[in-house]
Amino acid sequence: MNKLLLIAGGSTLVYACLAVVMGVLPGIKLSATPAGPGVVPLTPLQAEGRDVYVANGCSYCHTQQVRPLDQDKAFGRPSAPGDFAYQTPELLGSQRTGPDLTNVGARQPSALWQYIHLYNPRAVVPESVMPAFDWMFDVVDQAPPGTTPVPLPGSYAPAKGVVVPGHRAEALVAYLLALRQPALPGAMDGHGGTADANGAAHARMPGAAASGTSAPTGVSLSADGKESAARGSALFTANCAACHQASGEGLPGAFPPLKGNAAVNDADPAVHIRAVMYGLQGAVIGGVTYSSPMPAFGATLGDAEIADIVNHERSSWGNHGSPVTAAQVAAERAKGK
Amino acid sequence: MPTSIAGDLSHPRDADDSALASVFAAYTVTATLWLLFATAIGVLLAYKFGAPDFAPGEWLTFGRLRPIHTNATFYGWASLALVGLAYYVAARSSGTRLYSVKLAWIGLILFNVAALAGTVALELGYNDGNLEYREWPWPIRLIFLGALLVTAWNLIGTVARRATEDIYLSNWYTIGGVLWTCIIAVVAILPWYQHGLGQVSVSGFYMHNAVGMWFTPLALGIFYYALPKLLNRPIYSYALGVFAFWTNLDFYPIIGAHHFLFSPLPWWLQTTAIVFSVAMLVPVLGGSANFLLTMRGRFRDMTHSYPLMFVFVGVIGYLVGSTQGTVEAFRSLQEVWHLTNFTVGHSHLTMYGFVTFAIWGGVYALLPVATGKAADQRGLALHFWMAVVGSFIYVISLSIGGTIQGLDWIAGRPFIQSVVDIQSYWVWRGIGGVLMFGSHVVFAWNVWRMCFGPSATAVQLAPSRSDGAPT
Repeated sequence: MNKLLLIAGGSTLVYACLAVVMGVLPGIKLSATPAGPGVVPLTPLQAEGRDVYVANGCSYCHTQQVRPLDQDKAFGRPSAPGDFAYQTPELLGSQRTGPDLTNVGARQPSALWQYIHLYNPRAVVPESVMPAFDWMFDVVDQAPPGTTPVPLPGSYAPAKGVVVPGHRAEALVAYLLALRQPALPGAMDGHGGTADANGAAHARMPGAAASGTSAPTGVSLSADGKESAARGSALFTANCAACHQASGEGLPGAFPPLKGNAAVNDADPAVHIRAVMYGLQGAVIGGVTYSSPMPAFGATLGDAEIADIVNHERSSWGNHGSPVTAAQVAAERAKGK
Repeated sequence: MPTSIAGDLSHPRDADDSALASVFAAYTVTATLWLLFATAIGVLLAYKFGAPDFAPGEWLTFGRLRPIHTNATFYGWASLALVGLAYYVAARSSGTRLYSVKLAWIGLILFNVAALAGTVALELGYNDGNLEYREWPWPIRLIFLGALLVTAWNLIGTVARRATEDIYLSNWYTIGGVLWTCIIAVVAILPWYQHGLGQVSVSGFYMHNAVGMWFTPLALGIFYYALPKLLNRPIYSYALGVFAFWTNLDFYPIIGAHHFLFSPLPWWLQTTAIVFSVAMLVPVLGGSANFLLTMRGRFRDMTHSYPLMFVFVGVIGYLVGSTQGTVEAFRSLQEVWHLTNFTVGHSHLTMYGFVTFAIWGGVYALLPVATGKAADQRGLALHFWMAVVGSFIYVISLSIGGTIQGLDWIAGRPFIQSVVDIQSYWVWRGIGGVLMFGSHVVFAWNVWRMCFGPSATAVQLAPSRSDGAPT
């Protein structure tokens, strides 16, 4: 019996000690991590949306942790310990089959887009493999007063009636839009490439993706507008195509077309550059008012990158706007909003 | 709560043998049903990667089925099958009968009720925070804990009445695994230290320990019993097995944070996890070497013993999967592989290539002896080859596809490019998955034959060499 006591009891005692040291104690210590500046609790509706997110396993494909690595810069600044103060259960996730959502409310602030995408992701991102959550929506003859029907593209719209978000969809979108990273104090700008929460020196020199406030070095690049436009193609896919679509035609009633767009073809590129840099809302384009907010890319993209995107848009889909240089973009940045 | 069979405690009788066989068979049968269910869900999930609008709607949405697949595999299939084997090994290696047949049946019911309730809860959207492998609502996890406690009590009681002075090594691993997992379950349930980042550290601890302190020791316990039985020779080094036991116990609980490298968890915690991930090579290489050396000079025995082939693949799965885990823990490689499908390949290499093959080897080696009914060799062959080829395709395709994902991200390509680039590898994964599922159907047939089929005239473990089977 003594031998059994030694093996079963002894090993269990050892394990219990290790479980306390590696599980419980770090848990106690880290549970007391104070909220970072600007980190606030969710509203009741947003919290309900978080429950919908959990119930339907969103975090099996979407992480909510931005690592201090170059490849994560597209998703926001590196996550800091204070970001998670109100996040129980934690939703850091272990798979990134879909993009990280830490900062999706800032990256994709349009509720309209979120609704269309939730209803069927392939309506806005044809290559997406995310499930359709159309079962969170209702098909009604007429949208009730105060409710905007979801402007689905033709092949996704129901044969009869209009689609309006159900309560779960409203809560979920409210939560997604609340996912915004507050700026870290001491960060150079919204991009926060230097703010490494872990104190690890891991900020490599950015490669193709220049960091936010890089000096306007685009003078030499501007020599060839075509080359710039080619570089802008990938940036467009990453940042713009979800709304304006690869065809440049946008989605009728939701996101304006860039194809044949007056500002894009204007000899003076200022309006075009400023739209990318500072975002846009409520603009009238081709006689249609677009109420969805377009995010500002000035904080996340450098001058040369914005020039590349603008040049791509000005030379695609039959557009023939004059090419711009990074210097012109820098000039608009200098003017301020 | 001992059974009321009178007589000498240390010597099993025919009635005890048949009770033990019934317990072993019942655990194996219910486990097999969970395997069929969990992997049917897995095949559906794999299909959805290529056809996301297939089987739409709330009840078949990916995010609800995914945890059903993992939890049913873990706590339905692997847990039930391993506990059934652990009972058999405990009684046989101790030369005694089960401490309590009744407790074994109660445990069986509790395990199954927990798995069933957990599955229903997840399907209805009651998911406890998407926290991996502890998604079941906590009251259901309490039922599972109850099943563990019953099992621990019963295993200890059985070994306590052993006929021999020594406790056979297998029982160290199985009893240890059950007891440690009780602690893991408690740590995972108590809420007081699980807020925000605190919960992240607990998740790291839990998700690795639930695998490495539960499935690993029980599967190793099977190797230590089945391999000597199949070869009819003792384990190469008993001392090495003891050494691997204590080092596994000391190192494994420390490595959980390697699931959160580059996260806001304290850097020292992450680094400690990496250091001990390397230290894990000690018990892994020690254990694997012990198994392979036990087979020394006898590898040709595999040509006429499918159970031995299953065990052999399980040992290789343990060696390769665990070593891969060490390598993956390095920061430089996590930069590429973390958050990609590579890790899904890794988890299948370990839970399938190691744990599931170990279970199969154990079941094919021991269940026919317990029940006196054998499965058809052709059934074993079909099962073996479909499972091996299927899992090979599965792991290789996701390893390549996941690496491409990671490299796409590093190259700064638009995110959607990584989804497009892995598509064809997802198709191959699906092909591998279908083969794996097909092999499980064959396994179910084999289990049927071993439990309810015609009695074999004589069941021999090592047909060509056995000279008087030991108990």
